[in-house]
Amino acid sequence: MDLNTALRELRLLDYLRLLWGDAPWVEPVLDLISIITVSTFCLLIVIFLIWLERKVIARMQDRIGPNRVGGKFGLLQTVADVLKLLTKEAITPVGADWVAYNLAPFLIVMTALLMWAVMPFAPTWIGVDLNIAVFYVLSISSVSVVCLLLAGWGSNNKYALLGAFRAVAQLVSYEVPMVLSLIVPIILARSMSLIGISEAQVLPFALLVPVSAVIFYISALAETGRTPFDLLEAESEIVAGFHVEYGGMKFGMFFLAEFISTLFMSSLFATIYLGGYRFVLGELFNPNYTTGNLAGILIFFIKTFLVYFVFIWIRATFPRIRIDQMLNFNWKFLVPWTLVLVLVVALLDRLVADSGWTVRTLAHLSSNIVIALIALGFARRRAAREKLFEEEFGVAEEIARPMILGSDGHDDHEHDHETHGQPAPAHD
Amino acid sequence: MLADWQYIGIFLAISPIFPAAPVLLQWLLGPKKPNSIKNSAYECGIETVGDTWIQFKVQYYIYALIFVVFDVEAVFLFPIAAAYGQLSLFAIGATALFIILLADGLAYAWAKGALEWI
Repeated sequence: MDLNTALRELRLLDYLRLLWGDAPWVEPVLDLISIITVSTFCLLIVIFLIWLERKVIARMQDRIGPNRVGGKFGLLQTVADVLKLLTKEAITPVGADWVAYNLAPFLIVMTALLMWAVMPFAPTWIGVDLNIAVFYVLSISSVSVVCLLLAGWGSNNKYALLGAFRAVAQLVSYEVPMVLSLIVPIILARSMSLIGISEAQVLPFALLVPVSAVIFYISALAETGRTPFDLLEAESEIVAGFHVEYGGMKFGMFFLAEFISTLFMSSLFATIYLGGYRFVLGELFNPNYTTGNLAGILIFFIKTFLVYFVFIWIRATFPRIRIDQMLNFNWKFLVPWTLVLVLVVALLDRLVADSGWTVRTLAHLSSNIVIALIALGFARRRAAREKLFEEEFGVAEEIARPMILGSDGHDDHEHDHETHGQPAPAHD
Repeated sequence: MLADWQYIGIFLAISPIFPAAPVLLQWLLGPKKPNSIKNSAYECGIETVGDTWIQFKVQYYIYALIFVVFDVEAVFLFPIAAAYGQLSLFAIGATALFIILLADGLAYAWAKGALEWI
């Protein structure tokens, strides 16, 4: 392989490997090059992502958005913001826990970057093809819970602490449906490596198991703390949550980590459920089609940014939910139905394992649709019941129930209604 | 196998550089004129009252407890899912039973009112 082919096929690392032979220092140096490339890309793409988010949300809300700095489209707005953050004074508030306060922004960026080690950008563009890649990603991403708690606890600020508690409750809760929904594509692909999962997708798994994809997407929203699950940094209630006390670049690091992990979740969704770097249409019409590196990276980023666009779209559309709604939705809706989904997919895949892809797709798709319809039916029935409760007692069940449960632990409705002086039915 | 983790090791070792660089740059570029008002806790703009590091709501603890149950379960389910093609029928039955038992645990917590946000 000469330099020209290497450049054309974007396989510079392979070329260097051939050039340098197999001395013991070669692999570490190549690793270093790839790590620095990936990390720098992550840090720089965030500048673009912030601009994109502001611009897209502005257009959705019928505003213009950034339009002054850097030409008509405000392309340099974020660069100016970064420069501004760089010239701020670095402060550690009096009374804050110095170690926890200063460690948190470092750790959170480290965890956000480390996840990219296993992401396949193109067939040969991957840091390392771990055989337990999905597991690695989940374990690294759960470290961010610790970072948020460190930040909230170390700040010596009540709002920060409240935000940190909310963050821990939310991140910890939504990790359960995320982990369980990821078991479904692993069952289908029989592999935990992200390359293995990409290669197993003759059809994107989003078409086979749409329910799993939707559950993963919702949990990814919550895991990255984005609207409608942004109650851990709700500006209007708890000032800004866990990072109230941070300023300058230390605050910037939390921002950076949030955007890096949001982009990572989009690319993880694209890899696991949309086929990653594979061009599915090309493969359907031409069985001999193989994705090259250049095409692979283009397709990967098109898919990733499509998913990322939906993240922004949701942020511009949905209002923030309350903490009890957030927890109830997770534990009483997502987790049970994800368990059902895992069980059904596992048993069904055993039955149709030897059939072709058409049978397999149809079986999984129909079972998924049935599960989705039943789940939505249950949700609708519960909503109807809550509405009846509200009409009868003049107060929403989710407000009344904690009062009933909290008084003396018994579900003694009559008694409680007397002692608490529950409002009479609204219409008398 | 070990070569795979060498990459992660190198990444872990040099990843602190990336957050450290901008923070260090800010420390170099920014002014350094601390005073007592600037360095006090901001909280919400007015003077902070009382101790921050106090006991917290026990509800968070209950959710964390349920989470631990499910996370430990997931650790067992991942290898089963990855080796799913080679499993015997008995193993699949055992896995199904395992998932049902965990769902039962969730149902128990639900019935006991542990999932109510009070």
